Amino acid sequence: MTKKTSATTDNPAETGTATQGHAGAAVNARLSAADKVELYRKMMRIRRFEERSLRAYQAKKIGGFLHLYIGQEAVAVGCCSLMGKDDHVITAYRDHGHAIAVGMELNPLMAELYGKATGCSKGKGGSMHFFDPSRNFWGGHGIVGGQVPLGTGLAYALKYRGLKGACMTFMGDGAVNQGAVHEAYNLAALWELPVIFVVENNGYSMGTSQARSSAGELGQRAASYGMAWGVCDGHDLYGVRAFMAEYLDLAREKSRPSVVEIRTYRYRGHSVADPDNTYRSKAEVEEYRKTKDPIQVFQRALLEERVLDEASVARIDAEARVEADLAADFAEASPFPDLADIQKDVYWEADNPAERRSAGRLFFT
Amino acid sequence: MPILQYREAIRQALAEELARDPNVVVMGEEVGQFNGAYKVTEGLLDKFGPKRIVDTPISEAGFVGLGIGASMLGIRPVIELMFWSFYSVAFDQILNNAANVRYMSGGQINCPIVIRGPANGGTNVGATHSHTPENILASHPGVKVVVPATPYDAKGLLKSSIRDNDPVMFLENTILYGDKGEVPDDDYLIPLGKADTKREGTDLTIVTYGRAAILSLAAAGVLQQEHGFSAEVVDLRSIRPLDMDAVLASVRKTHRVLIVEEQKPFCGVGAQLAYMIQAEAFDELDAPIARLSTIDAPAIYSPPVEAEQLPNQQGILKAALGVLA
Repeated sequence: MTKKTSATTDNPAETGTATQGHAGAAVNARLSAADKVELYRKMMRIRRFEERSLRAYQAKKIGGFLHLYIGQEAVAVGCCSLMGKDDHVITAYRDHGHAIAVGMELNPLMAELYGKATGCSKGKGGSMHFFDPSRNFWGGHGIVGGQVPLGTGLAYALKYRGLKGACMTFMGDGAVNQGAVHEAYNLAALWELPVIFVVENNGYSMGTSQARSSAGELGQRAASYGMAWGVCDGHDLYGVRAFMAEYLDLAREKSRPSVVEIRTYRYRGHSVADPDNTYRSKAEVEEYRKTKDPIQVFQRALLEERVLDEASVARIDAEARVEADLAADFAEASPFPDLADIQKDVYWEADNPAERRSAGRLFFT
Repeated sequence: MPILQYREAIRQALAEELARDPNVVVMGEEVGQFNGAYKVTEGLLDKFGPKRIVDTPISEAGFVGLGIGASMLGIRPVIELMFWSFYSVAFDQILNNAANVRYMSGGQINCPIVIRGPANGGTNVGATHSHTPENILASHPGVKVVVPATPYDAKGLLKSSIRDNDPVMFLENTILYGDKGEVPDDDYLIPLGKADTKREGTDLTIVTYGRAAILSLAAAGVLQQEHGFSAEVVDLRSIRPLDMDAVLASVRKTHRVLIVEEQKPFCGVGAQLAYMIQAEAFDELDAPIARLSTIDAPAIYSPPVEAEQLPNQQGILKAALGVLA
């Protein structure tokens, strides 16, 4: 059972709704068989991309941190599959899933991990900083909670320009205790901005469990700002879509913000540098993997619906593995940025000298 | 030509840009109904309405971050900080997000935001309200930093800053808000990164900016009248971009340099300037580069003592005579 707050009332009341049976929700009932296969394929592509990136990391092809999304795929794919042309997404540093969910290609993503000039940020951002504004995807942000005021500002811009869209502002459960998050909540509620604060609760802020880091219910904090809020399970893609559709409507149609908590789980450590042996048991991970793996759950649903069969499941998996391998080949073959590239993309004016209006030195030695 | 106060010149720049570009929004604490904590935005709410002139709660990280996010989607927010001292609670938004997002996205995003407000000591408000963070801001590639000294400069530089596609940090001064000067009421722009030699001279170059430029001009007058030395006063106006050519040209003319800044000395703007001058004009120097900064301690409250902690006319005169000795 999940707790759920009606998105249409000001005063949240726990109503209790089962996660089962979401396939029939309007937002899911209108999916064609091909649409469903694409949603499944997207989750599989995220999974195989990340597994491939982990091998590259272990082979020392990737520097820095690598925060894997494995286990959480239904959240990003479910939420982003509902995006219309004026809906926007911003997230934190565990951003590979969202990037693929909004439609970014694997080659530039893998190349970015490898630090190559062909990367989506030309090798300047790395794993935590994927961006694609052409797909309404605004990153990829490294400081916990720091992206939340930005997402609120994107929603402010939508409202200012009279566009009927929403900004889904993702954060982890570790972000909810940051001051910037609460400042953003207050502004969003005060100014009725079309933003949905999506708390992807995987149970652990790095190695600290929710019980050891956060007082009270995470979503319920919205109530003190007069915002709608709700909770749903994140392993059921149909459930995520049915749940989020309500809050997206609320934002788009009534310009009302909300906080949603989506309960999910990550199989890997906080980053791959996390030995993952101090704060949770192997049995806990295995239990989730066996019973709630979002890809398995959706695969079972689609097999039952006869949208997929064993052959198509195997084919989609094989294609995703090949695509990930090809992305790694592309990344491997790509050049690193030049030293001259270090000082590009710092100032708009420096990158557009013909339109520069200022004088003087922008860079120093 | 009309005579305006510094605050009125800023207001005129805001009003002209609000009228010119519907994407310009003025946002901050008390900017609307209250008419501005320092009356800079007085009357703008009546003229432009609450969509364009937005009162915020006391929540700098929130509304600065919101402004940066909105700028990524084409809005041109002009965010007022009641004091630049409050940048510290929005530091992450300004210097991780506004300064870095263009870079980290490989040039896909730009942030046409202006953050403005007063940054000065000398008003007996203690250490928390007397920060002058131009050096800290300027040490983050990705932002621009402007410090106008006169009403004329304030208007022309602010209009350029609002039209700039990069994030601009615009540092004003509460002591200058009442200063008056000639300000054309036409649509003039002063490019960022262009210094203004506010006094020509032959014996000494004083490199300075902000209120220290006004004090340096007064000291230069005394230096001429009472000591017979001719000082050139180069007002940088913009810290980043920096008009190093103007500085070096003056050094080649006078061969002696005094840097005056309302800044703590350690890693201040003057430290960077001194390094660059010696690196690029070593053979031109007839004396070590001198620097007059704020006395190196948190801003003291005690009114008569704070006046001595900051660079003042007497101190500048003394330092100038030291370089000329």
